[in-house]
Amino acid sequence: MWDTIFPYLLSGVSVGGQYALIAIGYTMVYGILRLINFAHGDVFMVAGIIMVYIAASGLPLWLCIPLVLLITVAVGFLIERVAYKPLRSAPRMSVMISAIGVSYTLQNLVLYITGGLNKQYPKIPWISETVAIGAAKTKMVTIVTPFLVIALVVALVLLINKTKIGMAMRAVSKDFETSQLMGIKINNVISTTFIIGSFLAGVGSILFFTNYPTVIQTSGAMPGLKAFVAAVFGGIGSIPGAVIGAFIIGIMENIIKGLDVILFKLGVIEAPLGLATFSDAFSFALLIIILVVKPTGLFGEKVTDKV
Amino acid sequence: MSEKNMTMPAEPLQENNNQPAAEPGKDEVLRLENITMQFGGVVAINNLSLKVDRGEIVALIGPNGAGKTTAFNCITGVYEPTNGIVYFHGKPIVVNHPQGKMAKQYGGINGDLYKNRKPVVHTPDKITHMGIARTFQNIRLFKSQTAFENVLIGTHLRRTSNMFTAAFRLNAKEEKANREKAMNLLEIVGLAEVADELATSLPYGKQRRLEIARALATDPTLLLLDEPAAGMNPQETDELGEFIVDIKNRFDLTVFMIEHHMNLVMDISDRIYVLDFGKQIAEGTPEEIQKNPVVIAAYLGVDEE
Amino acid sequence: MNQKKSKKPMIITLVLVAAIYIGVFIAEQTMPATSMLFTVLKKGATYALVAVSMNLLNGFTGIFSLGQAGFMLVGAYVYGIFTIPVAQRAAVYQYFDGGVIQFTVPVIIAMIFAGLAAAFFAFLIGLPVLRLKSDYLAIATLGFAEIIRAIFQWNGLGPVTNGSNMLRSFPSFNDFNIVGADGKVAVYLSTLIPFIMSGVCILLIVLLINSSYGRALKAIRDDEVAAEAMGINLAHHKRLAFCVSSFFAGVGGAMLAMYQTTVQAKSFTSAMTYEILLIVVIGGIGSVTGSVLSSFLFVACSEWWLRFLDEQQMIGDFQVPLLRNGFRLVVFSVIIMIVVLFFRRGIMGDKELPDLLSRRSKSKGRAVK
Repeated sequence: MWDTIFPYLLSGVSVGGQYALIAIGYTMVYGILRLINFAHGDVFMVAGIIMVYIAASGLPLWLCIPLVLLITVAVGFLIERVAYKPLRSAPRMSVMISAIGVSYTLQNLVLYITGGLNKQYPKIPWISETVAIGAAKTKMVTIVTPFLVIALVVALVLLINKTKIGMAMRAVSKDFETSQLMGIKINNVISTTFIIGSFLAGVGSILFFTNYPTVIQTSGAMPGLKAFVAAVFGGIGSIPGAVIGAFIIGIMENIIKGLDVILFKLGVIEAPLGLATFSDAFSFALLIIILVVKPTGLFGEKVTDKV
Repeated sequence: MSEKNMTMPAEPLQENNNQPAAEPGKDEVLRLENITMQFGGVVAINNLSLKVDRGEIVALIGPNGAGKTTAFNCITGVYEPTNGIVYFHGKPIVVNHPQGKMAKQYGGINGDLYKNRKPVVHTPDKITHMGIARTFQNIRLFKSQTAFENVLIGTHLRRTSNMFTAAFRLNAKEEKANREKAMNLLEIVGLAEVADELATSLPYGKQRRLEIARALATDPTLLLLDEPAAGMNPQETDELGEFIVDIKNRFDLTVFMIEHHMNLVMDISDRIYVLDFGKQIAEGTPEEIQKNPVVIAAYLGVDEE
Repeated sequence: MNQKKSKKPMIITLVLVAAIYIGVFIAEQTMPATSMLFTVLKKGATYALVAVSMNLLNGFTGIFSLGQAGFMLVGAYVYGIFTIPVAQRAAVYQYFDGGVIQFTVPVIIAMIFAGLAAAFFAFLIGLPVLRLKSDYLAIATLGFAEIIRAIFQWNGLGPVTNGSNMLRSFPSFNDFNIVGADGKVAVYLSTLIPFIMSGVCILLIVLLINSSYGRALKAIRDDEVAAEAMGINLAHHKRLAFCVSSFFAGVGGAMLAMYQTTVQAKSFTSAMTYEILLIVVIGGIGSVTGSVLSSFLFVACSEWWLRFLDEQQMIGDFQVPLLRNGFRLVVFSVIIMIVVLFFRRGIMGDKELPDLLSRRSKSKGRAVK
């Protein structure tokens, strides 16, 4: 029984960690701007595509990786400047629509560049090697991911709690207007948030596409949505919450994918029920449950509105 | 999807030109009994009791933050008071006592008085249905609508149509009557010429009158005015005072208002309640309040805005 | 005030609309049936209905819902399920023994069923969701649309929905053409019919918007707190807007099925909802005319006019750079971003055609939103 579940658990932890890196970007941006950055998942996808093309151009991989991260950060920064900053004083719906527009644009751009063909992600040495854990075979990236995620999260939490810019970020997420009045350079804070978020999404894309090496213009849509669900589940604005939420989603999603096999091997069912189609839907069901039961998420803070 | 949820029959809005003004003090329209409102650890209103009789103009005054708008919100269903009862025309429309977590945290007094009564709460729309209409401290007009449309929306709650009869125009008579009523109200408040202007493009004083017209369209018997004279100069304030007395008589209303403009308060109020830090510190006629040392101390003189 | 307003703009509008219908009919009899014009008209009419239904909810009531594709999916499937001719069912439901439903209903009834089914789903979904704040409501409705998609793709429901296989063989727009005894088409109705279907539905929505209920919805959009204080029950009216909007999204889904001649759950993705949303934004949030115009423009651009951007052009020996497959969508996306960033009010803002036709007094100046 453990042998049956274990491989799914492993992939769950792996993909959960990758979702976590995306989810952090969502939760940070929402915490500061109250904006659901619909385009964030597509930035993740763009990072994957950029890697495909840069690696194909012949540059050595140890150069590609930092270059990809740099470009991804630039993309995230640019998107904020071009599509969100001008709408900062506009009603919230306008910014969300802009985010949707950016998402649409990015996908069409990539579709145009790739011609709609599936692109293969380059094999990054070491993390794409197969290893055996117990009876399960998986890629090295599965083991690396959780540790890397934890390390990055620790670094991020330290940054937020111990540095000046981190303090500024915390202030802005508590009270946008007053922070401005107190002399905090809002543009810097917001740009920093987007830079960090995009950086993490870039790292996440390296890990994710090593695991699932096909990149196509829609590759960011589902992971993006699920990462957002994770952020909401954990409590929007809470980074540890987003990470925990992401791992839970990753694990549950993979267990559901394997549910038919698991139940069959346990003798509970005799024929597959086709339950794998619900693995994506699970994240959304979770989202709705949390929104109805505890909208502030697992670790979110309750904000009292003063009428 | 029917709408027959009215608890109190509201009196239709009628002009009362030929009859003498209703005698104040005869019927009780509004009564607050031991109302306490606690947010988390903060007690915003503590054990407030007051009443307003039919045909009166009663003012609620007090320094900023005293809890006046909170009191309005407790009456109109925006907040559920932590403790106490609100009576409207003698019937309890809001009843509550400290429950659950609040029972332990309760910082007010008389928390046990209503322990055995079943809580009664209503959403603001139901309260308005019963006949209580209000205006807002920070003017909340419908910004994409004209003045006329703003007032017209106030007639929606008394509809007898449903979505289908309305869509297929089977309610033409009712619609026509509502439109005439809205136009009539605009004329009464002196805004007939600007009926087709965007509500938010009107000058401030006109916006306040428009808000009152809109509130009147809901056929209230009790009108709650939250700082109706805010931002007005002395002349506008005088005109407003006359206006309020006029519509009170015309529509046989009772008026309960929050105000900071002391001239207005002293001019038109029959009685005044004074609030400070959520507690009632004085009650009486304008003459009595003006001489009351506790009130004077709370204000350290009367500030003219 | 409406007594003083001239009836002329309304009359001109009606005359224009009638002229368009007549024009469509004549065009179809005279022009070749394969012309791109008719593709655009049919798809445009379908999208127009869906856009207006979304505008009712998002634009007029201010409820930012992203669940449209889910309701279209429900409508499309309910329509298909109830209209596939019994004789064809064995072939369509080949993996499910011909399927569980072995009767058909007339097209109109099926379309009404489609709307009712979608409205029913909306009612259920609305119960938990309508209380949420705008951002969360958006994601929750998006989530529900995905859940609906998963349910309709599930092979476990195959006997009803055909699982992950497509539904086909149901009546499409072309089936409305009147065929003569010689087997050739005598009267072309395949474009007029969707126009009529869409037109009637949009008319119903307009009637609702201009009624007392429509004003209440706009009040909710403008200021919920004030609307509630004026006696408007928020939960009831939001539910109403949600269900009506979804009803017509369902009917729109049925029309989409008729246009595409096949439906498959997996094509009703959130991308479809985003497209409708962008159409609504370009047309103007809060303008029915805008949504209609914008739908036709959108479809015309994406299916027809900008097609040239996808073709590789040569000037002499020189190949024009950039022009190849997919460029059309890129240009399109950029145009949309420009509209979203610089022309937020869209083509029509919140005005309707009669407003443009009557020389509106300057005093209805718009405060900057």
